Amino acid sequence: MAYVFGVMIAGAFVFSLVCGSLPQLSAGILDSAGEAVQLLIAISGMLCMWSGFMRIAKDCGLIEKLSRLFAPILRRLYPDIEPESDAFRYISMNISANLLGLGNAATPLGLNAMREMKRLSPGDRATDSMVTFVLMNTASIQLIPTTVAALRKSYGSQQPFDILLCVWLTSALALTAGLLSSRLIKGMKRWRR
Amino acid sequence: MEAVIPVIVAALCVYGLVKRVNIFESFVEGVKEGMQTVRFIAPTMIALLVAVGTLKASGALEWIAELIRPVATAVGFPAELVPMGLLRPVSGSGATAILTNIYETCGADSFVGRCASVVAGSTETTFYAVTMYYGAAGIKKIRHTLVSALVADFTAIVMSVVIVGLVMGS
Repeated sequence: MAYVFGVMIAGAFVFSLVCGSLPQLSAGILDSAGEAVQLLIAISGMLCMWSGFMRIAKDCGLIEKLSRLFAPILRRLYPDIEPESDAFRYISMNISANLLGLGNAATPLGLNAMREMKRLSPGDRATDSMVTFVLMNTASIQLIPTTVAALRKSYGSQQPFDILLCVWLTSALALTAGLLSSRLIKGMKRWRR
Repeated sequence: MEAVIPVIVAALCVYGLVKRVNIFESFVEGVKEGMQTVRFIAPTMIALLVAVGTLKASGALEWIAELIRPVATAVGFPAELVPMGLLRPVSGSGATAILTNIYETCGADSFVGRCASVVAGSTETTFYAVTMYYGAAGIKKIRHTLVSALVADFTAIVMSVVIVGLVMGS
């Protein structure tokens, strides 16, 4: 990260030296931090509001409800994990919390899920279920993309949520592509042997 | 689509009351968590917004976009999305900084703005998630996880353009 930051700042300096845009750069540096704080304040209201409503969802026991709803699908995705086990329960609760956008709740559940899966098959090699699980966590499966909507609103969007359908379709396709590629790579490796 | 948000909000409150949850207390607790999230992301966000702001003021960001444009337009892909696609798996805050830059230059309701929003909403900071989950379980051989996760990210970027074009028109 230090490299990325350094290259960006130093690169900007070298570039404006070459192009003679030093006055603009000087103004840009001085303004950017203030603008960053303004942006954070602008989006924090909407973030807090959603966080509040989603906390209601959590306190109503919606995470557990959703987990039960997803169990049949998840059973197919994790064939080697007992549906009654702790690992399975953590997996389904992590996915449900992610879906509701409860990042604070999802992460600890996810870490527990990984530890439980590791207990089922010790060693430092990832199992198929672990790969599937991490893939499901790197593809953002979220019903309401709150941060993006808050950002769009602060930049004058008329309907910050008009992208909902597109976001759902895109993340579903991305996750499918990720899981399919995982199956494919596994199949190819086996075939080569 | 306009009805989705009010329906969710109202349904949650009614459901909470039926379930005899103190929805006000819950909401306030959630707001507290939200403020903590903001506090947690603020330092990195400010740092990267400064970096992107600096890069933009120097004119380098436009120059890079112009450099990519011929290749991107040749395959019918908006050039503005390329830097975001490259940064998204590595740094969430960095991608957000680029996203705000796209909103500023192209508009939040423009085609490119919508595509970039969909990318941001349908992907995660892949490297961070992979490191965190495997790190916590002490897994060293992650096999093809990263490749497949990047396949998913790439699909999201390409499909965002296709789907936004299909659903909302360009």
